Amino acid sequence: MRTFYLALKYLAVLLWSAFVIFPFLWMISTSFKTANAVTAGAKWLPWLQFEPSLAGWRSLFGGVGGINILKPYANSAIVTLSGSAIALVLGTLAAYGLSRFTFKAGPLRNADITFFFISQRIMPPIVLAIPFFLMLRFLGLLDTLPGLILIYVAMLMPIAVWVMVDFFNSVPRGLDEMAWMDGCTPVTTFLRVILPNALPGLVVAAMFCLIFGWNDFFFAFTMTFTEVQLLPVSLVALNSSVTPWWSLSAAAIVSVAPLAVLAFVVERFLSRGGLAGAVR
Amino acid sequence: MLELSNLSVSEGRAEHLFDVTVGFRKGRLTTLLGRTGAGKTTMMRAIAGLAETDGGRIALDGKDWSRLAPWQRPVAMVTQQFINYPHLSVLDNVAFPLVRRNVLQDKAREAARDMLGRVGLGTMIDRRPSQLSGGQQQRVAIARALVKKAPVVLLDEPFVNLDYKLREGLREELVDLLKAERETIVIYASTDPREALQMGDDVILMAEGRAIQSGEPQNVYARPGTTRAAEVVSDPPINLIGMEVSGGQLRLDRLADLPARALGRDLPAGRYTLGLRAHSIRQGGDLSARVSLTEVSGSETVTHLQAAGQALVMLERTVTNHALGTTIALSLDLGEALVFDAQGRLIEKEPVHG
Repeated sequence: MRTFYLALKYLAVLLWSAFVIFPFLWMISTSFKTANAVTAGAKWLPWLQFEPSLAGWRSLFGGVGGINILKPYANSAIVTLSGSAIALVLGTLAAYGLSRFTFKAGPLRNADITFFFISQRIMPPIVLAIPFFLMLRFLGLLDTLPGLILIYVAMLMPIAVWVMVDFFNSVPRGLDEMAWMDGCTPVTTFLRVILPNALPGLVVAAMFCLIFGWNDFFFAFTMTFTEVQLLPVSLVALNSSVTPWWSLSAAAIVSVAPLAVLAFVVERFLSRGGLAGAVR
Repeated sequence: MLELSNLSVSEGRAEHLFDVTVGFRKGRLTTLLGRTGAGKTTMMRAIAGLAETDGGRIALDGKDWSRLAPWQRPVAMVTQQFINYPHLSVLDNVAFPLVRRNVLQDKAREAARDMLGRVGLGTMIDRRPSQLSGGQQQRVAIARALVKKAPVVLLDEPFVNLDYKLREGLREELVDLLKAERETIVIYASTDPREALQMGDDVILMAEGRAIQSGEPQNVYARPGTTRAAEVVSDPPINLIGMEVSGGQLRLDRLADLPARALGRDLPAGRYTLGLRAHSIRQGGDLSARVSLTEVSGSETVTHLQAAGQALVMLERTVTNHALGTTIALSLDLGEALVFDAQGRLIEKEPVHG
């Protein structure tokens, strides 16, 4: 009976894996197809069912009728990485403060301030587009990388605060006090004791920031014109009267790749138990 | 000498310590004895700088601590919860306070290894705290507290979350470890009068946020200053019985009328409270009482009784299973009885002269 259930489990896992992996395989296969191979029914295997072509991939790197994604790719990486890093640093500090100290701002208390951060994400982005646009214009940062980084920090910090407040709340206060007894100032307590124990939370927050930042199209589109282009916006330029599925597939692989790699790397951090053994 | 003068602490609206003035001597283990909520933990947190004080002074050898942050105070503390750093190995946990005090990593680890050997964890230095049992985790916490050689060591019911056997063993080990530190002030909080009387060189009785009596355990036990102190220091609970003295008669409320000489001393007419320890109530005699609860522990029996509306507790040095609801005969041995005046203050048997 146990073997039967085990077999059933494996079968379920296999089915689900196929369900998840299939679109990726299809995407990879399509990126090597030509117009004929795409339109003439389902074809799977290169060389046997269709003659593979690098046209899709060439079009990403300045080929005929294509674009050059290297610059937008670098721009996206710069904006996402710096935006996420700044948002994480600021958000983690804010979250620690909100978790450990009592604030009073008029009628507002800690929970209200935390909600204020999160509320930034509740509004539809379009509501923020005009104020952000005006602010960037006032600062002379429209269509620049620093301008975009600023917007991304504002959009990503609530995520960092939200995730980290919860994590810091789960780290017992007794640990802070014990660190004080052992000679740590509040800053060293944060760096040496609390942060290492909130590492899984930090990884989760970082992942959310990177995913949201990397995938953003709206602000990348509205806050730039000609000087600075991010990857999601540049990919739109691939589309013309005939949808170039081969180029779009290649572009999709290229843009998903960093996040896929990231997911594999951070997975082991997430599966590790966090605070076992702190306080019993 | 660590001195607390007129110390008051209130957190939020609740007041936890009222105007406490006590002293702790070097090289001695002082037990803070009191029930839960008596203010023991608050006093320790105030000493450590973790609880903000409303007023008063904390000073070590005359040096005021009021303006020192917790991380500047030379204090080590072990709490009821076993708090360790989950991200560090056992060795690095114990070395941590030394490293934070700028001791070189190697030296700190050497001292930590030595201390872990002394608490019996020499073979587990590479494990994480989460891989240890509760008793072992608390040993790590104790080792971390002791390795600093802080002049003040606070132990806030460190063994309360451990099972009985482990508690006994660890307590003895801890006392031995601390005896070696002759200059250290050790403060140990406990709710258990027996523990306090066995362990402490000195004892301070705490009740409702006040230090109500202090001194050597035997003295405090033999002559509790008030009825409250008698309650705090007695286990099993002391019997407090209202008493009227008039015309050569002792009238114990609802219990008995006795000739005044039964007490072995002369008292002016008036209201008193008689304090009778549980072992001074014996089976067999003129009084009768109904059994409401029997607790047999090891070789002793504590029996809770009702005699005409007066609750009594009797301790017998034998195992006797009194059936619930049965009536048994009792006698009172007034030889060691304590007498308190109408305000609840102890009246000394032989008035102290001078």
